[in-house]
Amino acid sequence: MTDSFPAALSGPTSKERKYDRQLRLWAATGQQALEDARVLLVNSDGPLGSSSTGVVGAAGVETLKNLVLPGIGGFTIVDQAIVTEADLGVNFFLEEESLGKSRADETCRLLRELNPDVQGYSYSKSITDLLTDPNFLPRHKLVIISGPTKRSTLDLLSQKAQELEIPVLYIHSVGFCVTFSLQLPAEFPIVETHPDPESTQDLRLLNPWPELTAAVSSLGDLESMDDHQHGHIPYIFLLLRFLEQWKQSHGGKAPENYKEKTEFREFVHSKARTSNPEGGEENFDEAVAAVLKTVSPFSLRGSIRDIFEMPQCQQLSAGSADFWVIASAIRTFYNAHGVLPLPGSLPDMKAQSADYVALQNIYKSKARKDVEEVTATIRQLETTLGRATAILEREVEVFCKNAAHIKVVRGRQIPQIRSDSDAALLKSVRSGLQMPESLTSIFIACQILDAVVDEIQSTPALNERSVDDEGLWMAHKERILALLLRDDSTPIDEDTLENIDNAIQEVRRAEGGELHNISSLAGGLVAQESLKVLTRQYVPLDNTCVFDGARSRSEMYRL
Amino acid sequence: MATSVISPSRNKGRWNHLHKVLSKPGPFSDKDWVPGQDTISALESSKILVIGAGGLGCEILKNLALSGFKDIHVIDMDTIDISNLNRQFLFRQADIGKPKAEVAAAFVERRVKGVKITPYVGKIQDKDEDYYMQFKIIICGLDSIEARRWINSTLVGMVDLENPESLKPLIDGGTEVKLGFKGQARVILPTLSSCIECQLDMHAPRPAVPLCTIATIPRQPQHCIEWAHQIAWQEKRKDDTFDSDDMEHISWIYNTALERSHQFHIHGVTFQMTQGVVKNIIPAIASTNAVIAASTTSEVLKIATSCNPYLENYMMYAGEEGVYTYTFEAEKKADCPVCGNLARNMNVDANMTLGDFIDSLGEKAEAQLKKPSMRTEEKTLYQRFPPQLEEHTRPNLQLKLRELVEDGQEIAVSDPAYTIDFRFRLHFK
Repeated sequence: MTDSFPAALSGPTSKERKYDRQLRLWAATGQQALEDARVLLVNSDGPLGSSSTGVVGAAGVETLKNLVLPGIGGFTIVDQAIVTEADLGVNFFLEEESLGKSRADETCRLLRELNPDVQGYSYSKSITDLLTDPNFLPRHKLVIISGPTKRSTLDLLSQKAQELEIPVLYIHSVGFCVTFSLQLPAEFPIVETHPDPESTQDLRLLNPWPELTAAVSSLGDLESMDDHQHGHIPYIFLLLRFLEQWKQSHGGKAPENYKEKTEFREFVHSKARTSNPEGGEENFDEAVAAVLKTVSPFSLRGSIRDIFEMPQCQQLSAGSADFWVIASAIRTFYNAHGVLPLPGSLPDMKAQSADYVALQNIYKSKARKDVEEVTATIRQLETTLGRATAILEREVEVFCKNAAHIKVVRGRQIPQIRSDSDAALLKSVRSGLQMPESLTSIFIACQILDAVVDEIQSTPALNERSVDDEGLWMAHKERILALLLRDDSTPIDEDTLENIDNAIQEVRRAEGGELHNISSLAGGLVAQESLKVLTRQYVPLDNTCVFDGARSRSEMYRL
Repeated sequence: MATSVISPSRNKGRWNHLHKVLSKPGPFSDKDWVPGQDTISALESSKILVIGAGGLGCEILKNLALSGFKDIHVIDMDTIDISNLNRQFLFRQADIGKPKAEVAAAFVERRVKGVKITPYVGKIQDKDEDYYMQFKIIICGLDSIEARRWINSTLVGMVDLENPESLKPLIDGGTEVKLGFKGQARVILPTLSSCIECQLDMHAPRPAVPLCTIATIPRQPQHCIEWAHQIAWQEKRKDDTFDSDDMEHISWIYNTALERSHQFHIHGVTFQMTQGVVKNIIPAIASTNAVIAASTTSEVLKIATSCNPYLENYMMYAGEEGVYTYTFEAEKKADCPVCGNLARNMNVDANMTLGDFIDSLGEKAEAQLKKPSMRTEEKTLYQRFPPQLEEHTRPNLQLKLRELVEDGQEIAVSDPAYTIDFRFRLHFK
């Protein structure tokens, strides 16, 4: 019986087998995006004063591990440090033989062992030197910086990356504390956000199109059906039929509020046959369960309306990104029809095979028609704008399917509390601190650490000081607390000050050092965000995350 | 630049970073805690058991070794498959087919000098209480709810109130309940805090497709695959034992499912989907494993050293939209069949047959028992073994529940996967 199928269909390639578990998440398009990407890790930029060799960098290396395994195209490690004994106690991608050698070369070598498909490059140089080559940075699709680092280095890197629209992740892993921020380009659009499948169903029960209405009419009289037929009517048909009846007795209006919907639900329930041997009907149960969720008029989500109103969507040019051209065509569609293109997917439901497939085809062909209409608008736009290449059909299809869930993240710079910080940043930090036991305090403690390190590195006279120097910590703490009062003079209350002191104590406990395990956790979180940014699937962090290993919890902030 | 780098000899030592944290109190460490050498010695002498050497297990072994633990044991019965290589980073192409526990242990021992890792290739059920008694803490990186329930009830059963050493903290990590970017870490102090069994209904199994749908009215490509797997194989190839790792077997299922899908005009049967359905594959990536494994290892480190408070008692993580964690205290339940002393209430339809009731226990979130036998205080309702008793109680399967038990009556359910009885009080709907 199976001879009629060619043997060529009999199995996936060895690459598909190796990546099977992740292809199920981001599919071939996501995988291709990863394979096209090279990631830059700036793991240390010189010693943190004379008593330290530099940032340990285990979090950065663990991040790369989690990107090499799923098969990014390549990575570059920039790290000036020489491998020491202490590195071997924290960094898994070093071995005894690595002692005294370049940490960049050694971690690169051992990371490459993880996946022969991935290219690795290492530089035992300063990143500032490397950046003098204008071709260096553009080879990369993502920059990861291990903190604390010199402010001048961070500023230079994040500014150059911003100009090239390359995303940047800035990480701290110190003792039990982790914080990291993501800098995205000014607009970062995502089509495949992968919302919960439950939330994406759009059945259009209150505004069916003619083919769907015709299919309901062609059912004929439900009462005259035998029990088997009656028990297998797809619930969508049931709801559409009973909605028609309801409207007739309610002045042409569908149930609008909770009370009416519950009454309608009772009405549907009363139509089920109970005289059969099962004492009820599964398809009616499904219909009853679906009333509250699906009997609602279409409404455009605020976030999508915002996207439609963005200038990039309103004022297209020949050079507009595909995303904006498609978004603009979909806005035209919405303005004409009051709905978005139909996604076309149908949940499983009790039904005969043929009836279900027929219903599915009604949804699918409507979705196809909507895609055609959007495509026609796009082709017109392309001609009017004089665009050189046509947007791929596939891209339009995916966009239409996800239209209700697209997202545009407005990227922000790596947040730093300093004298030239904008008012919005300081305000967000103040408001974050107001939550009881807020982890914003850890963000502040890491900002103080950055400032301490920056001062040691840039002041030769302080070069002998430790990163745990009491005087420097106190001075920068006072300075940062004063900055927080710059635009809002309301005093910071006692509990919040204690919270900040606790965070400082926990961060200082490690004297700038890393715990492997916490860095491994940081590497997992940072890699997760990297994958989302590189595949342009799922929704990345916007823009700062703090994880507190002491109390096993995390928080997110937009700073 | 090299001139500014400090020579390695000036560094204090390999465990410099870890020892700094263990040698100073933190704001959240207990006021009575004494940091320093005693704490470090306690860490180094703690014998730890890792259950599972897969995606989570590889990470956990690495994390424990680099957290200063010196005596680690690991149990896993599996061998290495090509599809493990995208996240199980201790394994290489050349290791395919070898036992995970052995390869993982050898790799970490080679990389981290001074750590001893003892592998055991086999099932956790092979080992008895004396074996589990030797460990200070047990950490699970499993993808099977059944194995978790087994170790949980074993550890609860081992607790002797006279002997504090008999209480073995169980740290559990999981990434398999929800797809891909989600997972959870939990800390269980057997008999003292909420256990795996108390939390069973938080991890409901995916509902199975009814057999009649598969047999007569398929609508989805998955239904066609289930038909090929559950029905066609039995009919056409009943002499071959189905092996989901045999490419020829999977190809046969795929082709058979594809043909059925054409018959019913159903689209979307693919080889990848066939494998996914037949092997019940859950997507998995290195980064999620890293997050969950490190969360569990943090708790082991905190419990072994008291350097910070441990998690009480559940942290869930979701990474699809930004970074989201939720940390809370799951409740210990008085009606937990493992650590409680009351029967668990269950609402049932009195007109259901005993057979249907037994089938439903596999899917009910609060039971999840695949091969249950059951009895009331007075009589046996259904017993699978020995065969004579099975035959004797089989007619009961056709009877309705109301013909067998009273409303509010308690029944005891056993299942070959577990050593304990589960007590349920049946309430008629």
